[in-house]
Parts: sequence; C-alpha cells; structure tokens
Amino acid sequence: MAIFVNENTKVLVQGMTGSEGTKHTGRMLKSGTKVVGGVTPGKGGQSVEIEGVTLPVFNTVAEAVAATGANASVVFVPPKFAKAAVIDAIDAKLPLVVVITEGIPVHDTAAFYAYAVASGTTRLLGPNCPGLISPGKSNLGIIPSDITGPGRIGLVSKSGTLTYQMMYELRDFGFSTAVGIGGDPIIGTTHIDCLRAFQDDPDTDAIVMIGEIGGDAEERAAAFIAEYVTKPVVGYVAGFTAPEGKTMGHAGAIVSGSSGTAAAKQEALEAVGVKVGKTPSETAALMRAILSNHK
Amino acid sequence: MDLFEYQARDLFEAHAIPVLGGAVAFTPDEAESAAAKMGGRVVVKAQVKVGGRGKAGGVKLAESPSDAREKAAAILGMDIKGHTVHKVMIAQAAPIESEYYLAILLDRANRNFLVMASVAGGMEIEDVAHNSPEKLARVGIDPNVGISKEKAREIVLAGQFPADVVDQVVDVLLKLWAAFVAEDATLMEINPLVKTSDGKVVALDGKVTLDENAGFRHPNHESLVDHDAANPLEAAAKAKNLNYVKLDGQVGIIGNGAGLVMSTLDVVAYAGEKFGVKPANFLDIGGGASAQIMADGLSIILGDSDVKSVFVNVFGGITACDAVANGIVQALEILGAKATKPIVVRLDGNNVLEGRRILNEAAHPLIQQLDTMDGAAARAAELAAK
Repeated sequence: MAIFVNENTKVLVQGMTGSEGTKHTGRMLKSGTKVVGGVTPGKGGQSVEIEGVTLPVFNTVAEAVAATGANASVVFVPPKFAKAAVIDAIDAKLPLVVVITEGIPVHDTAAFYAYAVASGTTRLLGPNCPGLISPGKSNLGIIPSDITGPGRIGLVSKSGTLTYQMMYELRDFGFSTAVGIGGDPIIGTTHIDCLRAFQDDPDTDAIVMIGEIGGDAEERAAAFIAEYVTKPVVGYVAGFTAPEGKTMGHAGAIVSGSSGTAAAKQEALEAVGVKVGKTPSETAALMRAILSNHK
Repeated sequence: MDLFEYQARDLFEAHAIPVLGGAVAFTPDEAESAAAKMGGRVVVKAQVKVGGRGKAGGVKLAESPSDAREKAAAILGMDIKGHTVHKVMIAQAAPIESEYYLAILLDRANRNFLVMASVAGGMEIEDVAHNSPEKLARVGIDPNVGISKEKAREIVLAGQFPADVVDQVVDVLLKLWAAFVAEDATLMEINPLVKTSDGKVVALDGKVTLDENAGFRHPNHESLVDHDAANPLEAAAKAKNLNYVKLDGQVGIIGNGAGLVMSTLDVVAYAGEKFGVKPANFLDIGGGASAQIMADGLSIILGDSDVKSVFVNVFGGITACDAVANGIVQALEILGAKATKPIVVRLDGNNVLEGRRILNEAAHPLIQQLDTMDGAAARAAELAAK
C-alpha cells in the first residue's frame, strides 16, 4: 500500500509533447510508472515514443480516459494553459491530478480548486509541487526515483528539494510514499490530508512532516495530529533564521510578525508531541531513533 | 507586488471606483504645481509601503500650493520605519463625515477569496475584529460564482453600514470585485472608505497587491514596479530573473529550491555562531539551473563586498549535478580575476559522481568540495571568519 497511488495507477501526462513533459515522462517510465498516454489539445491522434514505449496522444482527458483507463494525470502544461488543462481533467472525473506547473496565477488556481471541490471526484496535488512517489510502485511528477527505495516512512513536504534531501538522509530506511504538496498560496492537498492518509495506511509506520515559515498550515496540522494521528511524527520547519518581512521564494514563505515563524510552528508541533529537528540531519536522527525503538 | 497608494488610487479610478483627485510628486516643485492644478486645500502624503506614516509625520494638510511645496520638502527624504520617502501624493482634501472599511483578499486557509466590510473604518481593522466582531462582516467568495448584486447587499448590510450609504457601498463593492478579478489582485483594501459631508462615498486610501504570476495577462503591470526600493544587488538579480534576497551576513548562499535554500540559511547560521558569521543572502537558482544561471548567481554574490565565502548547496533533482558542476566551472571562467573568494560546494542527488568528478578535475584553487550539508556549512562559516 501507499497513499494516493499504487502500482496499478495508470497515468496520463498533460503536456507530454512539451520538452519538460517529454523529459519527465521518460523518467516516470524508467522508474516503473504505468504511463498510458498524453494529452495535448490539437495533437490528438499522434503518438510519441519515449523510452521505447509508444504512447498515444489525445485532445482531451475524457478521450484519453476512455481509451486507456487512466486514473491519474500529471500536468506539465505552461501557466497560461494550466487552468484549462486541470479543468479538462476534473471534467473527466480523474481521481488524482498532480499539477507540477510553477507560476500559475492564483486566481486560476482558486478557480480550478473550487471546481475540483465542487466535482467531488478529483483530488488535486499542487500546483507548483514536485509530485509524489511511492518508491518501486509509481512516481507522478519530478521526484528523482533513485534516491531511495520502498520502506515504511511517510513524508509530506511543501518543498521539493527538501523532500529529496530528507529522502536521502533516511535512504537506508526507505519510504512508503513521499508527497510534495507545493508552496503556493492555494494548494489542493494539504499537510493534513497527507497526515490523515498516512495514519490510515497500514504500510506506513512513522511520518516526517516538513514545513516552512509563513502561513499557519503547520499549526493547523499540529491540531490535527493531536486529534487524529497516533503514529510517531517527526517535524522540520525551514526558516528558523530567516529575517522578518522578507519573502523567500515560495509565496508561502513570508515571515510577518510573530505568527508564521519557525519557532511558533515548532512550539505548536512540540506541544502535541511531535519532535522537531533544527536541521535536516537532526530531523533524520530523530526519525532514526524512533524507528530503532520501533523494531 | 505591493502598490503605492497613488498607484492604487489610479487603478481604482480606472475601474470607476470613486476616488478624490490625486497626483504623485517627486520634488517640492512638482508638489506645488500639482496642488495649484488641484486648487483648494490638499493633503501631502508620504508614499511608502509601510503602515504608521501618519504617526511618523508623513501626512500633512496644506492650505495653499506654496504650503504644499513646504510640506512636501519636509516629507520627501524622511525615513519612515526604514523606508526612505522618494515621492509624495498630493490629494484633494475633503470634509469627512464617516469612515468605513472594505477589502477583498485571498484567503489561504479557506482557499478562496474573502470580503471584509465594516462600518467601523479608519482604524486598525484587527482591533475591530477583536473588540467588536459584530461590526465586521467576513464573507467567503467562491471564485467561480463571484459577487452578485444581492450578495453584495447582504455583505454591506452585515457590515452594519447606515441605510443612506448602502446603495453606494454596494456599488463600490461590485466595482472592487470587478477590479480584483480584472487585475489579478490578491489584496484590494479601501481604508478608509469615507462618506464626505455632501453624502458621497469615496475611497480615500487603498492598498493593492497584484499577483506577479499573472504578469503575462497584464503587460501594463510592469510599469508599476518600484525600481527605487530594491537593493542594487537585488535589482541586478531581478534583472537576471534570480530569486535573491540580500541579508546582513558574510557567507554567500546559492542553492536550488526555496525550501532547501532556507534550510541552508539555518544550517549556516547555526554553524556560524561559533565563528561570528551569518548568511549574506538567499539565492534560489530554481529547478532547471543552467551554467549561465549559475554564472549569473555567482557573479551577483561575488559582487557583494560583504561576502567572505560562498556555499553552493545543490541537491540534484531536475537539475543534474554535472550541469551544476559545469556551471560553476564556466562561471569561474567567465568571472576570471573577479572571483577571489573561497567557494564551498556540496553536491548530492542526480548524477552526483559525475558532478564531483568535474569539479575535482577542474581543480580550481577557490573550490572546496564537501560531502554533507552540515560539513560544508561549517567549512564555509570557518572560511568567512578568516
């Protein structure tokens, strides 16, 4: 088991014929993901060969689903066209849509997020996220598949490269699923959604949660952990030393005043029994200690 | 992108939201002629993107054009909470009867938009929310539904506006929503929205934040960018499309991914405690970092005279480590004799062995490679302290 995906997940790539789409489709195929086709409006009927696999291209997600039985898509469509692509996927009632695209206007995200919620059928991950990987089973997005293998740790993070770093630090243990939820102001899947899924997943023993300064997502996650999660959780929050009032990259990573600081998030997490590391290596050490006791 | 008050005023006017006359002035001369053109009493208002300018003496009433000139001369160049005043707005003065509050913003927690409306304006809205929450209407808006006339009326009534202004405030709210959508804003706040003595409802001061991701839909937003405000290094970085923030330490930082770079700042700050050094900047070269991007990044950081050592921390995901290594080598070729500071490199992830081999073969005297983030941070801190 894993969360949100498994070895039978059939994946469409929206924007497969673009350079990023083609490159990452190749990587997904190499890591064992069942990519079954691509969607590029206007290029339906063509096919492309990637990593020795011939993949059909469709004009719409609904056509692709009818022909291939796909149940997830990964979106690499440029920001200008991303909203239309995501809405196309929601209209086709795909259960999972992973939006990798960076730089989507937040009004567009607000619109397709509300549309997904109203549909009642589609889970969005992202936008501006690295996707999710269940090592050895399925890899939807751009997380490198060779960092580590299958294991029993679940990981949820706003940040892509910190996800990779943490997977690397704990590579001897491996992961059930690692999810990069993205750092945009509006995201489809939250820390809380992932914590709930990991708690319910019989193949996950412990959870690493990586946050960032800004907003109050980590504080809300802490409240949820107190109420629902019984598995051990280790936390890390990037930005302990970031000065106030400076925006650092992710739209979410803004410190203003006392709330939203790394210290406030650490306090909220520790208050509900989550051990919080000050650096990635310290966080990994906390997880190691927990897993060694677990054995 | 946050706008100045005068830019917000102009944007409101363009969307038919009622405002008073206003003009921006960069010199006392311009202030005088703007006041003369407007006629009557004017208010001279410091244009800074920080609150509390009134208390700091940045807002003054002027009785005549020559008075406006004097007041502008006093305000221009003033320092308000670390922001230097480079321009003032000359605003038409009006007798105010009541002050209200109206705003639309992005609501991250609820993942939609939020209207806030209150009869109690002109003061800190946080205080209203805290002390008399019944006076502040907070209504979530579905982006795919928007605000109908009926919904707007409901919100305005919930905000306890008096009957004589309800129609006008409903009209302002509908226009504000239209502007919010048309301009791809994440915040449009009118505080105060006032009723003048002749019974007209007017936006007296506004805060607007526009979504930079939507720039492709708004080529005209480019002209709203404030080029004065950025630190020269930040401006140079922006020109190269680099995500850079200047900080006040000695260890230059380059990394890929905002989260990892922030984490790198932390690790360097902890390692630096022993040596009395701190990170000098935040620089995220992003996902697809090419040799050119690395060269641009290194050249910005080496151009910072505060920097004593550089830490390049890359976890190869989409960016392969060999590309990063080639980027560093080429960057040093491009920079030549301008590169004089030690560069500590830590590479991991995609194609790491090839990346490390390239740097080893280049054997550049400034480059040192370390295997771990902690070890490399400690070395960079130590080198910066020398």
